[in-house]
Amino acid sequence: MYSEKVMDHFSNPRNMGEIENASGVGTVGNAKCGDIMRIFLDIDDDGIIRDVKFKTFGCGAAVATSSMATELVKGKTVQEALNVTNQAVMEALDGLPPVKVHCSLLAEEAIHAALWDYAEKKGIVIEGLKPPKHDIHEEEPAEEY
Amino acid sequence: MIYLDNAATTRVAPEVLESLLPYMAENYGNPSSIYQLGAASRRAVSGAREAVAELIGADAEEIYFTAGGSEADNWALKATAEAYGNKGRHIITTKIEHHAVLHTCRYLERQGFEVTYLDVDRDGLVDPDAVRAAIRPDTILISVMSANNEIGTIEPIAEIGGIARERGIVFHTDAVQAFGQIPIDVKEMKIDMLSASAHKLNGPKGVGCLYIRKGLKIGSFIHGGAQERNRRAGTENVPGIVGFGTAAARAGRIMEEKSGRERELRDYLIARIEKEVPYCRLNGHREKRLPGNVNFSFFFIEGESLLIRLDMEGICASSGSACTSGSLDPSHVLLAIGLKHEEAHGSLRLSLSEENTKEELDAVVEAVKKNVSLLRDMSPLYEDFVKNKKEAYHV
Repeated sequence: MYSEKVMDHFSNPRNMGEIENASGVGTVGNAKCGDIMRIFLDIDDDGIIRDVKFKTFGCGAAVATSSMATELVKGKTVQEALNVTNQAVMEALDGLPPVKVHCSLLAEEAIHAALWDYAEKKGIVIEGLKPPKHDIHEEEPAEEY
Repeated sequence: MIYLDNAATTRVAPEVLESLLPYMAENYGNPSSIYQLGAASRRAVSGAREAVAELIGADAEEIYFTAGGSEADNWALKATAEAYGNKGRHIITTKIEHHAVLHTCRYLERQGFEVTYLDVDRDGLVDPDAVRAAIRPDTILISVMSANNEIGTIEPIAEIGGIARERGIVFHTDAVQAFGQIPIDVKEMKIDMLSASAHKLNGPKGVGCLYIRKGLKIGSFIHGGAQERNRRAGTENVPGIVGFGTAAARAGRIMEEKSGRERELRDYLIARIEKEVPYCRLNGHREKRLPGNVNFSFFFIEGESLLIRLDMEGICASSGSACTSGSLDPSHVLLAIGLKHEEAHGSLRLSLSEENTKEELDAVVEAVKKNVSLLRDMSPLYEDFVKNKKEAYHV
């Protein structure tokens, strides 16, 4: 059900781990729904993301999207990172099964949450960045019978 | 490959395959036909009916073949509601039933029936006193599964059957997981209706049955022919039914030996995992448990990730995590026994057969240890737990 790229990022996740004294840390998701994603960013004085790490509790798609999202923002400016959408993450993974699309939303949200934390710590405003929604599943419809 | 998903389905036994193949090839007659070719099919179906009946102490004419367990559950519930709807509109079931029962109950609620979903305890046991307490003057049906498909807990069916009979209420049990694995006697246990499926006992897929006690006024579910004593229309799945018969006879013959062997393997696997993997919980009752069922929650990790990693090592297993259910909610069974969502997401079911070996289980324990640890290294929940040491996990 998963593409080869998803399986590759799941079995060999890139940038898995923690960054001590990170410039920004964002945690999003909800254990209730089965995924929690945490992104650590190391951002230099020029606003370039020098390093990025992730930790994820979740399914294969959640792990793979975390891994791919870190790859897509590494070495980018804060503004560029902000433009990494869930669509971009999904495309880079050659797609996700429909029920797993919410996992890619989680990756985008996690990066935004880490950037928000960075902006707060620095006392700056990042244009276009909205406060993170920590629980992206709030508006999921109820299961139908 | 190490196959530990026998609660999902089983391999067709060689004697089963051998018995059913002629009914796909040379003996292709329709059992309803008058000529000898048809008569041969008719005889084969009737032999299978006897074998299936014998396994649960029923009479052959009380067995109605269906396309599987889900159809049998649907039939039992919907037809009882229809037949007894004038008498009352209340149904009692449990929170841990298979969706074939639960979703049918939801459907009946939309038709104006009221359903009581009984709680279970932390081991997944239904309390017969709770069944008794839930009975109302308008209760027409009690449906409680014989054994749970996820956690393997065996329910006190005989006691519940006794209560239902005493109060004159129809009692149905979904025995899909228990049929052929543990002894069942419909007369002793006072069961009025029972659902079973062939592919859980080394029979073919797409065939099952509903036992309906003689005298019970249950209508037809599929209309359009006189098959199955006018109660289930459609040309019989002759090869499937023949295979089911052989599988039932085989299950009865080997039950004692098979379950003894599985219990030994099961307890060995449980003991090793409990000893060697930290922060886990055995789900389901320790003794009142299907011989082949092992179900653990590994805290701080998610089940689908573990399943994929085990699959990469050639191990077939199952999980109650949301990601394997196709919805965002984890297994309703694991939530019903009181697990927190994240604990339910981290569940792993290993269902054994008598063909598994200790060597296989040793390899599985090593794979579980390795991959659980790897996924915990990746888990923000585990990171928080290690840093705070105060999460309210049941550890």
